Amino acid sequence: MGKQPPVPLLVNGRRSDGRLPNEHRPVRMEVGVIKNAEGSALVAYGNTVILAAVYGPREVPQKHLELPDKAILRVRYHMAPFSTSEGRKSPTPSRREIEISKVIRTALEPAILLERFPRTTIDVYIEVLQADGSTRVTGISAASLALADAGIPMRDLLVGVSIGKVQGTIVVDLNQLEDQYGEGDMPFAIMYGRGLITLMQADGEWSPSEVTQAIDLAFKAAEQIYKLQKETLKGKYVEASTL
Amino acid sequence: MDLMLSVTQERGVIPRLKQEIMKKMVEQGVRIDGRGLGSYRELGINVNVVKTADGSSIVSLGNTKVIAGVKVEVGKPFEDTPDEGALIVNLEIAPTASPDVEPGPPDENSIEIARIVDRAIRHSGFLDFKSLSIVTGKHAWFLWVDIYVLNHDGNLVDAATIAAVAALMSTTLPKVELDPAGNILRIDRSNRTQLSLNIDKMPLTITHVKMGNIIIIDPTREEENLSDGMYVIGVAGGNVVAIQKVIGAFTKDEINYMINDSINQYLKLKDSIINAMKNPSTELRL
Repeated sequence: MGKQPPVPLLVNGRRSDGRLPNEHRPVRMEVGVIKNAEGSALVAYGNTVILAAVYGPREVPQKHLELPDKAILRVRYHMAPFSTSEGRKSPTPSRREIEISKVIRTALEPAILLERFPRTTIDVYIEVLQADGSTRVTGISAASLALADAGIPMRDLLVGVSIGKVQGTIVVDLNQLEDQYGEGDMPFAIMYGRGLITLMQADGEWSPSEVTQAIDLAFKAAEQIYKLQKETLKGKYVEASTL
Repeated sequence: MDLMLSVTQERGVIPRLKQEIMKKMVEQGVRIDGRGLGSYRELGINVNVVKTADGSSIVSLGNTKVIAGVKVEVGKPFEDTPDEGALIVNLEIAPTASPDVEPGPPDENSIEIARIVDRAIRHSGFLDFKSLSIVTGKHAWFLWVDIYVLNHDGNLVDAATIAAVAALMSTTLPKVELDPAGNILRIDRSNRTQLSLNIDKMPLTITHVKMGNIIIIDPTREEENLSDGMYVIGVAGGNVVAIQKVIGAFTKDEINYMINDSINQYLKLKDSIINAMKNPSTELRL
């Protein structure tokens, strides 16, 4: 919308941070980082760093919210006031954070066997510690690892991946600059082992064939992250078994 | 509703017998209200129904009823877009809408719908944001679009988008008189011009829900409550301008089907909107 980026987003097929269009930033994962939580994970996509912690299944504090046939899921996506490159972010939830909390909840729900724990709540807290674009999808990868770390039965792990469009080119894993000045943004949550998409949003203008291309690219990127998630979880259990 | 957290919601209860009938009928290609799987309910639109607003509409989609009002105000343009005005979309589900709606600030569902409608309009090219500029860097029009759901029988997103679009189509901007330094001398509310809109790029959303393996369009509230998935696609011209998976999980094939179907549905829906607006009554009636 008429906003000019401070540096070109794409020059000779390279992005502002030197990546190729289909190149993901380095992914770092660690589980069991919060000792008090049932499960937790720290996930970084480049300079985006997100913490997720899981509590429960436990009693629902507000009795009227509990369901007789399954657990409820309570999710909060929240940005720390110091996490953005602009000024201080108010800690009060914005409309954006309220919407993201909701779409992450409905992304996680299909993956969790909620019917195993009637009349309880499973709480997932996602804290953005440092934001450089793609925070909701990094948060989903972290939340999925934290749920698995908590031993909550799941149908599959969930991988978060963002796709975007910069100067007409479809790219994977948007950084802040590309998110702010690019032509479009399309975040995904993928149950890779089952071939299911549980979060998909888009803004910007996309032709139908670009949408198809974006979905294919998202699955390609998800494969690598899915493998890393499994290795990270196995790594923890290898460590535990040598005690 | 506690906005600090997003919480799994109880869905409306439908008697088991009715659930089974609805599912069985859908498998045979018809719906409990007699519609086909890919047809919209009857659409009614009236514009300029609220005399106190700068633009307004009332839209019915079957028994779903939505009213939208546009208020225009002069504001200071944002620093990163000094030569553009602004659009602010808000939606509330009024307590009149259904026995299970409690008065209160917009909940996560209302916020989600408003943000989908906002994104669909913003990225469509329908509204020329530059035409809202009055003096670059100093004054621009801010369009406040407030959407009220008066009766909730499903598919609020599509009804809200149509209401916002129709209200914008009826919106006029007052004439602004400036001094040579670009200060505002007077806002002449009796002298008005139409908003600059590109009708070819009219943004519309198309909502699909999945029941078992079958995908249907324009769900009633009961169909939404029974659905295994809900997916909204914003279309303008031949392009996708917004997507929101609202409920459930979808395969690649299902999504590709819904994208193509939405592009086809868009033209039909746009025609029916233009037809419905041909002889509008401007009296405020429900």
